[in-house]
Amino acid sequence: MSDFTSDFWSVYIGLITVVSIIACGVLLFTFSSATAGAPGETTGHVWDEDLGERNSPLPRWWMWLFFGCIIFAFIYLALYPGLGSYAGAYGWSSHGQYDAEEQQAAATYGPIFEKYLKQDIQAVAADPEARAIGQRLFLTYCAQCHGSDAGGGRGFPNLRDGDWLYGGAPETIKASITNGRNGMMPPLGAAIGGEEAVRDVANYVLSLSGRPHDQARAARGKTTFDTVCAACHTPAGTGNPAIGSPNLTDGVWLWGGSEATIIETITNGRSNQMPAHKDKLGEGKIHLLAAYVYGLSAQAPK
Amino acid sequence: MSTQDTYNYKVVRQFAIMTVVWGIVGMLVGVIIAAQLVWPDLNFGPWFTYGRLRPLHTNAVIFAFGGCALFSTSYYVVQRTCHTRLFSDGLAQFTFWGWQLIILLAAITLPLGITSGKEYAELEWPIDILITLVWVSYAIVFFGTIAKRRIQHIYVANWFFAAFILTVAILHLVNSAEIPVSLTKSYSAYAGVQDAMIQWWYGHNAVGFFLTAGFLGIMYYFIPKQAERPVYSYRLSVVHFWALIFTYMWAGPHHLHYTALPDWAQSIGMLFSLILLAPSWGGMINGIMTLSGAWHKLRSDPILKFLITSLSFYGMSTFEGPMMSIKTVNALSHYTDWTIGHVHSGALGWVAMVSIGAMYYLIPRLFGRKEMYSVSLINVHFWVSTIGIVLYIAALWIAGVMQGLMWRAVNADGTLTYSFVEAVKASHPYYEVRLLGGFIFFSGMLIMAYNVIRTVAGQRAVDDARIPAVMLAHA
Repeated sequence: MSDFTSDFWSVYIGLITVVSIIACGVLLFTFSSATAGAPGETTGHVWDEDLGERNSPLPRWWMWLFFGCIIFAFIYLALYPGLGSYAGAYGWSSHGQYDAEEQQAAATYGPIFEKYLKQDIQAVAADPEARAIGQRLFLTYCAQCHGSDAGGGRGFPNLRDGDWLYGGAPETIKASITNGRNGMMPPLGAAIGGEEAVRDVANYVLSLSGRPHDQARAARGKTTFDTVCAACHTPAGTGNPAIGSPNLTDGVWLWGGSEATIIETITNGRSNQMPAHKDKLGEGKIHLLAAYVYGLSAQAPK
Repeated sequence: MSTQDTYNYKVVRQFAIMTVVWGIVGMLVGVIIAAQLVWPDLNFGPWFTYGRLRPLHTNAVIFAFGGCALFSTSYYVVQRTCHTRLFSDGLAQFTFWGWQLIILLAAITLPLGITSGKEYAELEWPIDILITLVWVSYAIVFFGTIAKRRIQHIYVANWFFAAFILTVAILHLVNSAEIPVSLTKSYSAYAGVQDAMIQWWYGHNAVGFFLTAGFLGIMYYFIPKQAERPVYSYRLSVVHFWALIFTYMWAGPHHLHYTALPDWAQSIGMLFSLILLAPSWGGMINGIMTLSGAWHKLRSDPILKFLITSLSFYGMSTFEGPMMSIKTVNALSHYTDWTIGHVHSGALGWVAMVSIGAMYYLIPRLFGRKEMYSVSLINVHFWVSTIGIVLYIAALWIAGVMQGLMWRAVNADGTLTYSFVEAVKASHPYYEVRLLGGFIFFSGMLIMAYNVIRTVAGQRAVDDARIPAVMLAHA
């Protein structure tokens, strides 16, 4: 067993365990005489004027309870892992139990997911039963970040609004869940050239979605935007789903659309991660989840 | 009359009064965080959020309330059963002021978010060093007093106090080994599963020695004294003492079932936890059977009611604990509020009740009275406490088992039947009952405070309790 760096430690801990449990039994046996101490008789020691102690025999039921616990310990150690690297007669291990339960779950529930895997995502999204399963999966695996209503939060995309960073086609959603996404806006404060220049760019960004802004600043900021930002966000600012750069013209903000937040975003950049679920969930569940999420946005007003 | 002819009651008195004060403070924080679970809007600023107040609550009730009760009673008991004054008045004073300073520092640093992040050992390294200094002084005072005892046999209560003082020193030193990076931040010297194992070796033995052995010491003095009966069985004391302190050392891994801890370590933790049932019940039997021949006193004496009921809760939670350490039971109970309920049946039912009973015995004697200002108020306090505890633990039993069942419920398609938040929502009514139970228990402490103030007011502190000059038989 890999828990031990050498056989010595296995024997060492096993021996100490056995000796320790036996020691409990020996201690108990040593004092187990049923006859010692006549009823009411004290040991004769007196403390603090009137504190004495009798020497009544151990209550029998308690003594047998104690012996019983010790015997149980040895039976358990014979059957289950406990004595160093000895695996126990049953050969049980927590890993083994986990694997067995996983296998059983795959055998029981696998066919349900197999069935949907054969259908395309749009068809699955139209199936109420599949959507119900998808919703339960969503509440277990996705709601922690995206919210139980899929409404998202600061830094966590809203999945109901029809707006997509990487695209909302069924297969794209499935790819996002399967392999995850790494969103990265680099910190550009220095590249743009200081606070004032960043504020100019932020005002231009505000102007893209028609938000209140300083026109003079926006005009200055446009020049910088075209050279520094347009590469990812496109000259029109509409973003590029291929790399997940957000559309800046649509009034949807992942981190917030105030001037201060935009300045913060430009200056320090943003780093975001959607974890890959390929190994954790398997394709069957991902397929259903993709259908559920697709179904949510399909109902959204475009 | 030289001071060596009298007992040192001053430090006992200081700790006794602070037991009541910190009991109220610690339980008030408990009521506040219970209210935050019912009404999350009660989380204010970063300083008064649940995450910072919860360690403040546990530190305040365990180390401030429980700690002061242990200092107070152990100093009283060791003197009176060794027939000698404390080894050093100066060091004893240092332990009092040092311990209060530690509590004050905890009350400041924890809400500020200064924490080492280890449960029940959150205080940062400078405070850890102060704890070490106070604890070593405590050990010197206690063992010094034992060493200069004027009676040959060491009374059973002192065995338990001794085991508690020694073991807590070791636990604190090993678990708090940490590498400071600044005055207010350090990192554990251990990593990964070793860190978790050290943490729970510490954590469970903090329960076993701080909250059990120490309070058994209290039980072994105050029950026979209040009942005016000899301890039931010396041989039972011997067997359960050695078995208890030995097996507790092994039980920690039951906090880490189904984790990265190797299976063999989990098994050993579970088995020793099961064996621990017997030595734990040995203490309960020895305490309760001490009353044999004096059962009628239970009807009229509310102090005995506190002490004996505390043993009943002790017996109940030390039955529940071993059951919860069984892997299959733990798979249901772990991470649920059942654990919180279990802890409180021990903390309120056992630790708090035995301490309260001991204080009602002790405080009048420290202020030259035969009994508390109002015995009937002790009776009221007893019933208020009992009702509070029962509401508290019953609510969390139900909530805990329900959470465990909801978390593992699976639909026909293999998906979870309930999302996490549904289990939280279902727990809400039980959190309300828990808050009510906790509040009721807390109000009992206010009744106690009133009774203590009326008992102490206008009384002269006793500083001339004479040590018996003549050696008694068999001394």
